[in-house]
Amino acid sequence: MDKANKKDYSKYAVVMEKIVKRFPGVLANDHVDLFVERGEIHAIVGENGAGKTTLMNQLYGLINSDSGKIYINGAEIKIRNPNDAINAKIGMVHQHFMLVDRLSVVENIVLGMEPVYGPFFARDKARKQINELSKRFGLFVEPDAIIEDLPVGIQQRVEIIKVLYRGAEILILDEPTAVLTPQETEELFEILRALKSQGKTIIFITHKLHEVMAITNSVTVMRLGKVTGVVKTVDTNPRELARMMVGRDVLLRVEKGEAKVGKEILRVEDLHVNENRGLEAVRGLTLSVKRGEIVGIAGVAGNGQTELVEAITGLRKVEEGHVIFKGVDITNFSPKKRRDMGMGHIPEDRLKHGLVTAFPLYYNFILGKHDDPQFCDGEFLKMPDIKRFSDELVKRFDVRPPLINLLGANLSGGNQQKVIVAREISFGPDFMVVSQPTRGLDIGAIEFIHKTIISMRDKGVGVLLISMELEEIFSLSDRILVMYEGQIMGEVTPQETTTEEVGLMMAGHRLEDLRTQEA
Amino acid sequence: MANGLKKFYMNDKIVVPVFAVITSLFIAAIVMIMIGKNPIVAYGALLFGAFGTKGALINNLMKATPLILTGLSVGLGFRAGLFNIGANGQLIIGALLSTYIGTKMIAYPFYLSIPIMLITGMVGGALWAAIAGWLKVARGAHEVITTIMLNYVAVFIANYVVNGPFQAPGGVPKSPEIAYSARFPNLITSGATWLSAGIFVALTAVVVVYILIEKTKMGYEVKAVGFNPYAAEYGGISIGRNTVMAMAISGALAGLAGTMQVMGLYYRYLGALGGSMGFDGITIALIGQNDPIGIAFAAFLISSIRAGSNQMQIAGVSKNIVIIIQGIIIFLVATNRLVKTFMFWKRKEVEEA
Amino acid sequence: MNAWIQAIINVFINPIFYKSTLNQSTPLILAALGGVYSETTGVVNIALEGIMLIGAFGGVVGSYFTGNPWYGLALGVLLGVAMAALHAWASIRYAGDQIISGAALILLAQGITGFSLVELFGKPGSTDLVRSIPLVNLGSFENVPFFGKIFNSLSPLVYIAFASVAFSWFLIYKTRLGLRMRSVGNNPEAADTLGVNVYNVRYFGVLMSGVFASLGGAFLSIGELGQFTENMSNGRGFIALAAMIIGNWSPTGAMWASILFGAASAFNDQLQSQGILHLATNTQYLFGMIPYIITLIVVGGLVGKSRAPSSDGIPYIKD
Repeated sequence: MDKANKKDYSKYAVVMEKIVKRFPGVLANDHVDLFVERGEIHAIVGENGAGKTTLMNQLYGLINSDSGKIYINGAEIKIRNPNDAINAKIGMVHQHFMLVDRLSVVENIVLGMEPVYGPFFARDKARKQINELSKRFGLFVEPDAIIEDLPVGIQQRVEIIKVLYRGAEILILDEPTAVLTPQETEELFEILRALKSQGKTIIFITHKLHEVMAITNSVTVMRLGKVTGVVKTVDTNPRELARMMVGRDVLLRVEKGEAKVGKEILRVEDLHVNENRGLEAVRGLTLSVKRGEIVGIAGVAGNGQTELVEAITGLRKVEEGHVIFKGVDITNFSPKKRRDMGMGHIPEDRLKHGLVTAFPLYYNFILGKHDDPQFCDGEFLKMPDIKRFSDELVKRFDVRPPLINLLGANLSGGNQQKVIVAREISFGPDFMVVSQPTRGLDIGAIEFIHKTIISMRDKGVGVLLISMELEEIFSLSDRILVMYEGQIMGEVTPQETTTEEVGLMMAGHRLEDLRTQEA
Repeated sequence: MANGLKKFYMNDKIVVPVFAVITSLFIAAIVMIMIGKNPIVAYGALLFGAFGTKGALINNLMKATPLILTGLSVGLGFRAGLFNIGANGQLIIGALLSTYIGTKMIAYPFYLSIPIMLITGMVGGALWAAIAGWLKVARGAHEVITTIMLNYVAVFIANYVVNGPFQAPGGVPKSPEIAYSARFPNLITSGATWLSAGIFVALTAVVVVYILIEKTKMGYEVKAVGFNPYAAEYGGISIGRNTVMAMAISGALAGLAGTMQVMGLYYRYLGALGGSMGFDGITIALIGQNDPIGIAFAAFLISSIRAGSNQMQIAGVSKNIVIIIQGIIIFLVATNRLVKTFMFWKRKEVEEA
Repeated sequence: MNAWIQAIINVFINPIFYKSTLNQSTPLILAALGGVYSETTGVVNIALEGIMLIGAFGGVVGSYFTGNPWYGLALGVLLGVAMAALHAWASIRYAGDQIISGAALILLAQGITGFSLVELFGKPGSTDLVRSIPLVNLGSFENVPFFGKIFNSLSPLVYIAFASVAFSWFLIYKTRLGLRMRSVGNNPEAADTLGVNVYNVRYFGVLMSGVFASLGGAFLSIGELGQFTENMSNGRGFIALAAMIIGNWSPTGAMWASILFGAASAFNDQLQSQGILHLATNTQYLFGMIPYIITLIVVGGLVGKSRAPSSDGIPYIKD
């Protein structure tokens, strides 16, 4: 680039210019530009899969760009790995904390940059430095506490101090509030304001619009790998942001007729479920699904959807409340019993739950019904019947290559999903939980799976669809429930609502509040 | 299908163990050259010792009998995602119990006492292994540690009883002899060696385990738990029940191996009866890639090497080299990534059509 | 009943019991420390048994050929480290199955020592007698009642074992390297993002396990007697592994568990020699199984609590 053309980026702490990052099959960042002024809090908002984290991972050197340039304080630099980023005074707090559970706060903070006396770890020096940082930024931590004994909010503080200890002037926080309680979130905001007042620059990734309004100075909105808006926070409002985030015509339209809704088949009453760490993930949720309808649950990932699905299908313990299926309280039934009663499940994680990848297809086709008389005569598997059954399914669902002896691992993602869908449908369920059915699939496979779900509904099956793709929710659902922090924000139908309204509910606004505002 | 044939040969189930066996024999040959011995002579002696005479072959098959069973024991464990390093202890308990029952069989006809012996041996091994299975399921204790500890406890129990309450008079510590009706008939006798009917039990076990793994509901569930416990649970399969079950069957096979030594070879319990068969079972399962048929061949390979090693020792190469060979084989199978890198061999995933 | 009480008192008032406890604990302490080093960094090492064996053999061979038992000790450690290096290479560089690799090395050690024994000494079973490491003479301390009998004429390796515990505790909990070892064993990914070289730290841990386990093995062969017999580690590597687990993966914990096992064994020996009990010879086997049963109870979580490093046994694969 010749000198005459050189731009003056000196007032920006971070400039990312025309960043392109391609993953197999996806253009994750499509010529993304980002301008972050020194000393501001800058939000990057967007739905899941918009490319926010990918962009930040490039700034932190965890992955490398295909093309594009990065300027820090006006000077162009190359960031190939986290060490380059640390040298450029960039720090990142990951969505999943990178902490060593068994070590103390001090040890975690200084790991890799330990103060020493000769070979010995200078714990007192480390403690002193951390206390200074704590005091300066109002980040109070107990230096000798063990990480695993601390609540998530404090662990996050440790992560922030870790970054500050390394001298970061630019802090990236990837969805920092996703794991926090409202009180902890408020405390985090205090800390961020303190950091800002000390001149730090903060990049804040989120999808919660009220948070954006609460603490940021400016916003970059992303959708499908592209920037769709750059605004000052004072000049905008949640409604506009939501439109930029999700407001577009639904691209995929699926042909579907009027739903012939029958009797209620599943009812969830005041359900409470914990996530793995024992925090409450589903908080008093109630919903109902009838035969012949598709109920879609919209929401950003991590708002309790996974736990809800696992509670309904019997893979996770229910703390409180009831799951009622065909009029029977099945809250404590085993997964097997639920299956036998006619519940199907297309799981969100194909490789973890849906398939045994080391099994050939014909074994995968009978998972969950392997002891059904159709496939099993007493203790013995009826291999010829199983293979015949598998051959039929492979043909009917167009699994490629159509070889039932192949291992699950040898199929593409789309065909793996076809195997699971084929299996679950072939068992003839009356009710089906369908979780993230098209994640990572190509258009052809998506279309096929959508059609299959609709035809299930038309045969009178009740479907509970969980998806992070708003398009999918809109094109398939007869009713839409929006889930946020383990609760339902409101129920709408695709005809009477807009993506904007749903987007606001996904960001934590209740339907009744939105509607009263309007009135 | 040329493609299918190619896939068969490039299959890592075949390539890795074959490579490991050949490499270990090659390394052992280099060691022999280094100490001034001719590996061709030594290996010739080994072959002669394993197959050269009728007696040699009988001895070889007698050694293979329990090895097939301990190989199946470890291999079945692997299929369920369990590392049963305790075949030795299960073998001891199985042999001890069946010996005890065998001494009480004097009044019974063979068609009752032989099945009773077999069942006792299996139950003994199964119960011993089930302790480890239960500790894993209920208490989260890793089966490698618990089976190692159970091995030692079994050794001490056996030593205790054959040095006291269950001791035959005179000489080395040993139990009394079992009843004649509880012994396997000899199929062939050649000098001081004989081939007992135990080989049929072992071969039957190969078939039974094959059917169990490939054709039954239980085999399906055990494999699903071994490969992917999450998917198994999703499919309504109980992880706990199948883990204990797999451990028990694995132990039953090891217990049966001990019973073979009692019914077909020693006719009593002897301290040395198990030898290194538990550890050999690991080698055999790894070479046989946990496939029952493969295990049968691998057991025969190891029994041949072991049987031939005496002849090799006479030819001037210590039979300990056989243990080195086994160690190298296991090491190479453990580092199969190394083997694959070494062979510049990349497998292409089946592309979407 | 009275005879039992009397016999047990006799054991405990006899300084020989304490001396024997120290001698029996020493190889266990050293090998268990080896386990602590390896597993603290996240590599399971069941090959301790094999490393002890090769350390014992190397000790005798070195002493035999140089006439100096200290050179023997050096050779034993060298061979032990070489064996540990194989394990490290398989489990770190090639992300192999650590338990299978460990099992392979146990066999290799048995094979190599058995084979070399015949090649070097011309007969199976055991080696010639060689010079052992001289015992530490405490001079006039010998005359101190009771304690003189315990501490006089101990092998220097006994002192080295206890010093190693202190050294290892300091290294693991008080130095920069120790901090990195613990971080790598619990969350290698986090350590990696902070610029800690996970592989190098793990290599260090596994190689150190070779140093200590082979020292423990050498004690068996040239610590007192000066002879190697086939398979002389005789399961002590596995007991050391158990001591490490019961000691909750800490050097001091492993030491106390080793002492407990050593004492159990010494007690067993001493009790057998108490004529007033008229014990049958086979009671030694009943007592002999106690350490293993204790271990089963502890790993079963029935008593006490023992927790492995979070990433113990899991290869770290950078993608």
